[in-house]
Amino acid sequence: MTTTPRTKSKFRLPTPHNMGYAFNWTGRIGLALILFWAVVAMFGRWFTPYPVGARVDWDYFGGISAEYWMGTDYLGRDIFSRVLMGARYTVGIALAAVTLACTIGVVLGMIAAVIGGWFDTLLSRFLDAFNGIPSLLFGLVVVAAVGSSIPVLVLTLAAIYMPGAYRFARALAVNINTMDFVTVARARGEATPYLIRREILPNILGPVLADLGLRFVFIVLVLSGLSFLGLGVQPPNADWGALVRENIEGLSLGAPAVIFPSIAIASLTISVNMFIDNLPTKIRDRAE
Amino acid sequence: MLRSPTTWLLVGQRLGIAFITLIIVSFAVFFATELLPGDVAQILLGQAATPEAVAGLREAMGLDEPAIQRFIGWLTGLAQGDMGRSYVNDIEVAELVGGRLQNSLRLAGIVTLICVPVALSLGILAAMFRGSWMDRAVSTATISVISVPEFMVATLSVLIFAVWLDWLPALSYGVDVDSLGAMLRAYAMPVITLSFVVSAQMIRMTRAAVIETIETPYVEMALLKGASRTRMVLVHALPNALGPIANAVALSLSYLVGGVIIVETVFNYPGVAKLMVDAVATRDLPLIQSCAMIFCVSYLSLTTLADMIAILSNPRLRQ
Repeated sequence: MTTTPRTKSKFRLPTPHNMGYAFNWTGRIGLALILFWAVVAMFGRWFTPYPVGARVDWDYFGGISAEYWMGTDYLGRDIFSRVLMGARYTVGIALAAVTLACTIGVVLGMIAAVIGGWFDTLLSRFLDAFNGIPSLLFGLVVVAAVGSSIPVLVLTLAAIYMPGAYRFARALAVNINTMDFVTVARARGEATPYLIRREILPNILGPVLADLGLRFVFIVLVLSGLSFLGLGVQPPNADWGALVRENIEGLSLGAPAVIFPSIAIASLTISVNMFIDNLPTKIRDRAE
Repeated sequence: MLRSPTTWLLVGQRLGIAFITLIIVSFAVFFATELLPGDVAQILLGQAATPEAVAGLREAMGLDEPAIQRFIGWLTGLAQGDMGRSYVNDIEVAELVGGRLQNSLRLAGIVTLICVPVALSLGILAAMFRGSWMDRAVSTATISVISVPEFMVATLSVLIFAVWLDWLPALSYGVDVDSLGAMLRAYAMPVITLSFVVSAQMIRMTRAAVIETIETPYVEMALLKGASRTRMVLVHALPNALGPIANAVALSLSYLVGGVIIVETVFNYPGVAKLMVDAVATRDLPLIQSCAMIFCVSYLSLTTLADMIAILSNPRLRQ
């Protein structure tokens, strides 16, 4: 230890690399793609070359051209504009749903882990039972019952993925809960809200955020699936899944109208997976 | 192994949990389809109906009774095979579902027969030669299939096999099914798509299960004493990994349930899932309930089966 040059230990910039938060290249590409889609979802609507719902071309399933960068759809609408706008629905709905699911799930999971006893057993059993419903099916049933609108979609998707987030957070929080510093805090007489906020949450945050990313992917997949079945975002609006559905007839023509929305979905889900898989271990496995 | 009381206790416990789960799931389905939409009598008669007509129908359908009583009535009816009548065409739901269920099961059966051998060998090989180009190719392929929606796998296979190569028809049931060749062609696209989705899951889980066993000290010991890599995996590791692998197979087959909904719709395959998606469009609630229950029960049976295999194959429970 004494042989370490003093200058090095004395002055270290708090860059991500020095803090142990460095990403490898696969992770960086993933992150770049995620940021790209986030920017598109936020600002894309002001950069659409044509009005989103307007027929600009009287020919349907047009090819790629200088005018229409991603071709035109089955009604002759500009696909590039519709993909930009679709990002808003796909990313927005999935983000809202995953935030809701993870917030509720993680808070409940931490409470269950800290309180324990019958509350924990009952809640865990009950939420595990909900995992016994296949996710797409749950969406189908709810949409059949109450019809499809964006709030319904967000709430349904959140309800589908909340039990998983609960289970994950609870498992992590149970481990933290047995640690000495929590016992000490409890002996000090701290109440449950303090324990959850100050002792448990900071120690499970990394893995929970990684889990949030994976859950985001599942939600995008189910949302696209629902929209593809015609039960998600309703026309004239369209998320990426609905764009694929609308233009599925163009598949046999190899139309870009059906290919580009598919690429958009795949690039989003794969990049999130790439990013999460390559998160620095310091974030991912902090609790282990 | 089968005499051990601990094992049977755990199996019994797991079955009990499955039963409770089934009750909760059926309540969720009932709640979503009967209580969320509001007044079913009003929906059936439409906006123009007189209040008297709505009240009359409500009484005739037993909608006046408290929800919990209706739920128990519905559940006991379901258990006895009485699925109710379709709102749309007033046919017994059981009659509508019967033939469709056979079609869906046939599809699932064929997919299982193809997937299990292919996925198991690929998964075990990938684990055996971990880090090789073969492993990396298989892992990349499975991750790509898993991280895109099922309908994209479907559209991509249509694009490749029907549009570019022109080997198969894009739709499964527009064609006549009179000869063996025609039948093969009709089933090919749905089977290919589902097989991709299910085997991707199965390969990943199998690979993980085998790798977990390979990393145990006794397998490393086998390698150190000079056993070949093949011998190490096939003779030493595999017998202990059989339980987790069987668990993985049952678990990944549960992905059939989600996949089949998309695949039957894309290819117009006359199965339960297509029936259900059509019923959603017409809001035929009794039909949706029954189809949803069929899917939930199959999903639940597969996940329960997976857990049971895990319990029964755990050597630590043999006394």
